[in-house]
This record gives sequence, C-alpha cells and structure tokens, in this order.
Amino acid sequence: MPQQLTTPDHASNSDIVFHIRGLTKRYQMGEVQVDALRGIDLDLYRGEFTVLLGASGSGKSTLLNILGGLDTPTLGNVGYGNHDLTHASEAELTEYRRHHVGFVFQFYNLIPSLTALENIAVVTEIAKSPMKPREALELVGLGNRVDHFPAQLSGGEQQRVAIARAIAKQPQVLLCDEPTGALDSKTGIVVLEALQRVNRELGTTTAVITHNAGIAQMADRVIHLTDGLISQAYTNESPISPDQLSW
Amino acid sequence: MKAMDKKLWREFQGMRMQALAIAMVIGSGVAIFIMSLSALDSLYETRERYYRNHHFSHIFASLKRAPLALVTHIEAIPGIDKIETRVVSYVTLDIGGFDEPVSAHLLSLPSHGAGLLNQLYLRQGRLAEPGRDNEIVVNEKFAQAHGLRSGDQLAATINGRRKTLTIVGLALSPEYIYQIAPGALFPDYKRYGVLWMSRKPLASAYNMDGGFNMVTVTLRKDSNQQDVIDHLDNILEPYGGIGAIAREDQLSHRFLAAELEQLKTMATVFPVIFFAVAAFLLNVVISRLINLQREQIAVLKAFGYSSIEVAIHYSKLVLMIVSVGVLGGIGAGVWMGKGLSNLYTEFFSFPFMIFVLKPQVIIAATVMSVGVAIFGTLYSVHRAVKLPPAQGMRPEQPVLYHRTLVERLRLQRWFSQPTRMIMRHIERRPIKSLLTVIGISLASAIIMMSGFQKGAIDYMIDVQYGISQKEDMIAIYTEPTSARALYSLRSIPGVEYVEGFRIVPVKLRFEHRSYRTTINGIPPQSKLMRLLDTELNVVEVPPQGLVLTEYLAERLKVKPGEMIEVEILEGKRSVIQVPLIGTAKQYLGSNAYMRLSALNRALKEGNATSGARLKVDKQSQQQIYAALKEIPRIAGVVEQRSSIRMFYDTMAKNILFFTGITTLLGAVIAFGVVYNSMRIALSERSRELASLRVLGFRNSEITYILLGEFALLTLMAIPLGWLLGYGLSAYMAFQIDTDLYRVPLILNQDVYAFSALVVIMSAIISSLMIWRNLIQLDMVAVLKTRE
Repeated sequence: MPQQLTTPDHASNSDIVFHIRGLTKRYQMGEVQVDALRGIDLDLYRGEFTVLLGASGSGKSTLLNILGGLDTPTLGNVGYGNHDLTHASEAELTEYRRHHVGFVFQFYNLIPSLTALENIAVVTEIAKSPMKPREALELVGLGNRVDHFPAQLSGGEQQRVAIARAIAKQPQVLLCDEPTGALDSKTGIVVLEALQRVNRELGTTTAVITHNAGIAQMADRVIHLTDGLISQAYTNESPISPDQLSW
Repeated sequence: MKAMDKKLWREFQGMRMQALAIAMVIGSGVAIFIMSLSALDSLYETRERYYRNHHFSHIFASLKRAPLALVTHIEAIPGIDKIETRVVSYVTLDIGGFDEPVSAHLLSLPSHGAGLLNQLYLRQGRLAEPGRDNEIVVNEKFAQAHGLRSGDQLAATINGRRKTLTIVGLALSPEYIYQIAPGALFPDYKRYGVLWMSRKPLASAYNMDGGFNMVTVTLRKDSNQQDVIDHLDNILEPYGGIGAIAREDQLSHRFLAAELEQLKTMATVFPVIFFAVAAFLLNVVISRLINLQREQIAVLKAFGYSSIEVAIHYSKLVLMIVSVGVLGGIGAGVWMGKGLSNLYTEFFSFPFMIFVLKPQVIIAATVMSVGVAIFGTLYSVHRAVKLPPAQGMRPEQPVLYHRTLVERLRLQRWFSQPTRMIMRHIERRPIKSLLTVIGISLASAIIMMSGFQKGAIDYMIDVQYGISQKEDMIAIYTEPTSARALYSLRSIPGVEYVEGFRIVPVKLRFEHRSYRTTINGIPPQSKLMRLLDTELNVVEVPPQGLVLTEYLAERLKVKPGEMIEVEILEGKRSVIQVPLIGTAKQYLGSNAYMRLSALNRALKEGNATSGARLKVDKQSQQQIYAALKEIPRIAGVVEQRSSIRMFYDTMAKNILFFTGITTLLGAVIAFGVVYNSMRIALSERSRELASLRVLGFRNSEITYILLGEFALLTLMAIPLGWLLGYGLSAYMAFQIDTDLYRVPLILNQDVYAFSALVVIMSAIISSLMIWRNLIQLDMVAVLKTRE
C-alpha cells in the first residue's frame, strides 16, 4: 500500500518537531512475531495537537513509545529537531526524556508512596527549568489536592496529577497514551480540557493516542492507524472544545 | 527531603516486616562473624597480656638436682633475660570426703614476694609465709572442684611423709592456664592439682637445700631460643637434666594453643560459611525484591531518570535494610562475643578477660554485607533497566506454561486443577524454584553444621573408651618399676585383671619433621589397651617396630617400612632407629605404640613398667582406691573416663552456648528466607490469585495454590539441606584435625530431624503470616486496574 505523506498545508519545514520515515517495529512475543509498525512516514509540527486513532493492535502505542524514546525502532528513521532518535544511545534517550518529553499513561503510573505534589516533584527535581509543582497542579485544577496520596484520589484526579507531572518540566512534547481510557466520559472531558489548556497556554506539541474517535474532533490533526500503517490522515479545520465532545 | 527520598522512606516503612526479615538474615551472619572473631581475638589478647604481666617463662628445664651456684653459669648464656630456679615435686594428696587418689605438683614459692617469673595471680587469701612448712597456696580450679577455701586443710605425702597442710590462698598461674596432669589428655580438676609452698621447707623435705631441680628463664628479644636451649642442656646434663623445653612444648601452653587453634578454625571456618550463606540469601532476596519494582523502574526511566540514578535510588533502599541488619548484627555479635569470651575465660583459668573488638572485623562484616547487597541490587536494577521503558511498564507477558512432566506422563487425573497449577508454576520457573529450594536448604544445612559437634564427641569417647581402652583405672608409678610389682596389684581384693604398661617420652624424627610424644609399650594380646584399624577392628601390636596413630604418621609423612629416629627423653637419652610397621586409628591424642617387650629391649632395660591398667569389680572400687593409696610407689591413679566426662561437662557449657546461638541464628535465617520468598511470591501473584477469587475460587483454594507450592518446595529443600549439611559438617570436621583430637563426622538422627523441624516450623509461621494478607486480597482493585 503506498504511503501518503501527511503534511498540513499551513506548516513549514522549520516547524517540524518529529520527522519520521519508514518506521518499522517488530516484536517477538513468545513464539509469535508481531509487526507493530510497518514503515510509517509522518511529520509532527510545533504546537500541534494531534490525535492518533486506531483499534488495539494498530501500532499507535508503539509509535508513541518510539517518539517518547521509550522504545527503539527495528527499521527506519525518527528525527526530533536536530536529534536522531533512531541511533541514540541509552544515555541520549534518557537525556531526551528528561528534558524534552512529558508522558501521560493510560493507568497514570503515579508512585503510590508519594503525594500528588511529591509525584510532580520527582520530575521537577531533575528538570532544567520546571514550573513549581503546585503551579502545575493548579493548571490541572487540583490546587486543593496537593497532599493527597494516589490512593486517595479518583481516577480522573490521578490522571490530572499525571498530566501535571508531565507538563511540570515544561517539555517541548507531551505524549499521552489513552489518557481517558480508564475514565468515564465526564471525568474524561475534564482531563482533556486540562490537556488542551496546556497545549494552548504553553504551546506544547501534544500527541494523544486513543481508540475513541470522538476525541478527534478537538485535534488540529487526526491520524488513523490500521495494522501498523497510516490509513487516513486529515487536518481538522475547526477543532471544537472538549466540553462539546460526545462519546 | 527530596521526593525520591521520601518515596524510599515510605516504601521502607511499608515493607518493614519484609525488611526486618532480610535484616535478620544478614544480621545473623554478621553476629556470628563478630561473636566468633571477637571471642578469638579476646582470648589471644588476654593470654598475651597475662603472659606478659605475669612474666611467663620462655624456657623450662627439669633436672635431678643442681646447686644454686650453677645459676651464675646459666646467667652467662647469651640471650637470657631473667632466671628463676625452684623445687618441684609430685605428691599424692588426701582430701577429706574424696576417696580416690589425688596427685599434685607441689612447687616452691620464690623466697621473697611474687618472684621474677611465672608470677601467681592471687584470687583469695595470701601467699605462704617464708619458712612455714604447713602453709600452701592452691590452684583455684582444684580448690573449686573440691570446695576448698582458705583455712581448709588437706593431707599430702611429701617424700614418703604424710603432712597436714593448711590452705592460705587460692591462686592462678600462667603455667597452668590449662591445668593438665602429665600424660593426660584432658584436665581433671578433682584428681590433679597444683600447690605452692615456701621454698625452704619443701627443699628440706627433698634434700634440696641450696639446690634446685627446675629452672625457668625468659629471653631477650634478639636471642636465639634453640641456642639457649642447647647451652642450657649442656650445663644441666651433668646434673640430670632431661632436656629443656621451649614455651611451645610447655604442657599448659601447648594444650591451650591447640584449643585456641581449634577455636580459631571454628571461629573462622564456621562464621565464614555462615556468613556466606547469609550473604547468598541476601542476594537472592534483594534481587527478587528489586524485580518487583520493575514497573516503577520503567516509570522513572520514562521520566528521564538515568539507569545510574535508578540504581542509586534502589541501592539506598537496600542500604537502609542492610544497615538495620548490620547494626543489629554488630550489637548482638559484640554482646555474644563477650559472653563467649567470658565462658572461655572461666573454662581456661584466666584471671581476667580483655575484650578485643578489632575495627577490621567490623569493617569486614560491614563491607561484605553491603557489597553483597549492592551487588544483588545492581544486578537486578541492571536487568530491569535493560528493558526499554515501554516494555517495562507493560505488564509482563503472560508466561508460557507447558504441560508438566506429570501431565506428559498422563498422571493428571490424580491431581486437582490447583495442584496442577502448583506443579506447572514450579516447572515453569525452574531457576526461581531452585533458588528458593537452595536458600531453604542452606539455612537448614547451617543448623546441621551447628549441631554436629555433640554427637561427634560422644562417638569419639565411645570408640576410645568402649572399644580401644577397656580399663577401669590406671595406676601410675613414681618411676619405672619391675613387672613383679604387678603381683601386689593383682592381690588387692576386687581387682579382676591387671596389665602392666610402659610409657616413655620421646621425640620422633623422620626426615626434617619431628614430633614430641610418648611411646606406649603394650603387652601381647592386651585386653585393656587395644589398637584399632580404620574399620575399628582390633589389631595386634606387632612383635617388633613401631605403630603410629594414623594422624601422626601422616604428620611425619612416614610410611610403613621406613625407619624413624626415636630420641628417648628420659634416662640416658639414647637415640635409636625403629621401623614403622603400621598405623592405628585413634581420635584422641597422637601416640606411638610398641610391643612392651620390644620397647623394654630398645630401652635396654629389664621388664620395666610405668604403671598398670586395672579392671576391677565396681563394688570394691573404694577399697581399691584405699589400697592403692597405701602403695608408696604409686604416684597417682587416673580414671580417664571420669576425666573426660568432667571435661565435657564443663565443655558442654561452651558448646551449648555456641551451638545454641548458631542454631538460633540458623533458624532466624531459615525463617527470613522462607518468609521473604513467600512474601515476594505473594506480591508477584496477587493479581493472579485475586483474579481466581473473582472467578469464584475460595480463599482456601488460592491459599492452597500459593502455600502448597511452598510446602512442596520446602519438602524438596529438606533432603537437599541434609546433603549440604553433611558436606559442611564434613568440611568442619576436616578443618578441626589437630594432634590432640580428630573429630569424626558423626551426624545423629536427631541432628537431621532438628534441621528439618526448624525449616518446617519457619514455613508454618511464615504461612500463617502470609495467609493473613492472602485472605485480604482486593478483588475489586484487580478488576479496575489493567491486565
């Protein structure tokens, strides 16, 4: 299947954050070989809010993990600005994650033994120019929950702490893997509002993966993945705000 | 405090039980290590200090009689620092309320004050007044054995004359730290004593006025000991000198050195094994603990923490746990080390105890513990960070189970589904299961190693006094006596059988190796003193030549058929060549044996005997003692069996302390390993088990699945533990081979049973503790979180 290049009309080359060519990832799962990504070409742009859609097994999580330096491709190239992530060493990837990327996971992955504020401090303590942990919590509307432990927070609150933790270091890129996957729609909308706010106010390039097509309506650009390939990509002319979403 | 450190602290508190169990494992290792080495260092230091402060001599020389004027000649020997002469005699005592014959060395006190050398340490009362012929100072252990105190009286036969003596003081002497009668293998405080009296009356009693029959000297730092001994022998030879001996050959010192040497083996080999086991278990436990943190490690990595930072983070956690163990272990080790030192101070007659705790012992224990723990941590962290974070955060792939051997053999219909799950789980992770089994079995092995000594000692005594030596008592003559004297012994009512023997001190030489011992002359077809071969069969003494105990032959590296040079250390001190004919198995002592007639011939004497072995009617024992006391040429009666009983009664206290503590700590380690293994298994499998609960499994069923696996592993560990315990005990037995005794490898059934019992009890207690967590598994949480 020929691969179309997905470039929005308004973007110029200097705005490219991620530059992906021929990205392939193959896993060995027990006795089975799985092709998670099968040669993807894609560019992501500064300040863009991208939603990656796809069924489970489509390769969207793998793509996000490679973008975040959590995993390495089997074949192909991934460039971040002037950095080549394809051949980066373990130490370089660590530096990359430390200073450039914020992550939000489906299951929050908060450290259970630390309070909301401390969970953020874990990241700000090693960042170059972080915001104050409390500020980050306020940004996601949790200024009143700073001293609560993860177990004392609802799922939506935990995910917002996770978002605060991801953005507190003021990263260039925010990568979210099914951020609302474990939440009901009402809570999900609150979380998405927090993400949109961060994207708008801080200008953070944001990529969200989901299998929930409804969320696509708030994106600047939507990429569909099917069986490890991009099956569809389009620019959203008029993104709507999360509270108007329906799913 | 940094957020990461807060995380550590809270997690540490959250796992306190587990941390405590781990700390106990390494703490036990540290405690045993420090207890043993500090006790050993303390004993060596105490002995050195005692020797130095009380001026223990370097050389001792006995002779028939020499005039005091000879001292000026001795003084002229280059290298000598101080000299002291004295009069020494061997006497028999009569102690009220004790029927058996008692012998003692009676030594002259220096003319004034404490004297120059071998100064007494007065425990009670005072020294005898100069010139008083009825005052004596008595060795404390002897006094204690008979309940004697200052002011009490006893009777002594001094040079044939019976005399009543009053005790004026109790003392200790550096010469008698190990108070042992000449020729004996074990101290017997009831039947052998050491007494001191004023020199003048003692010298008069033996016609020694203006003379001496023993001289002891200390050396200057730069002197050559052998030169001094040679000089001294030359000077004393005309006066009946029987050869000077160095401190190394002095009886008390030699036995003490051998005991300390044996203790040293115990105190190094044992704790090192113990410690190594604890360290291995620490490593296993820590590795698995870190493995549980796989997801958190991945999250930290995703945030941009480097592998090194993650490693440092977990090292801190492990250090906290290990610090608790090491600090606790040091505290307990010091406390027990003091206890053990005190027991030995009492066991050997030391006047004081200097407790020594070398910093390097503590440093070694700490460095090894921390090193092992950090190594285990780094290894596990390394494995965890090797995974790309994306994979680390993903729940582990469902592991691929296979049909187990049992199922392949189509035996599954005999087992329930949960049982099959247990078997599959064990087979699926053979390494992990194996490590658990090895951990538990090592714990039980060190318990066995602690317990094996007692049975071995019983066996040693059984062989020596049940098979080899059959006499009830041994009468020793004051000097070699014609075999005719045996008739008078046979005529004592109640004496059933008498057998004469000859015993002569010798120095055996083969090539450049030599050994000081005695040759025992045994009559043919002896019924009371029988030599044994390696299978413990009785063998006859050959008509010619020498038989050595196996150990001694090995030590001299001499084989049957080769000629041994024998220097006789009495009488004319002749040197003869005798062939080695064979070897005999013996656990106690390192002696040489000859046919009595052959020995007499070699010594160019008639049918002389040094004493007699007696078989008696137990009913008449007291009358026989009384009769023996009346025979002047009998210097003493030895009843080895009771000596040994007494020795081991005292020794039992020390052994009990040592084995008690090591067994206890072995049990602690066993518990620590079992508990941790279970705790970790619970963490690893709680999701799986809770899912089973959701599916409708009962609490009892999931309990069975988890604990049943452990029961199976524990049962597998027990025989392996026996095997390892046997190996470790064999190694220990091999290590404590000395010329005084060899420890046979005897492990009684109770040792096996006990080690198994401790492991099973640990498993049961751990199970109960784990069960509490198991029934509280949160099923809802499982449904909520990801799969």
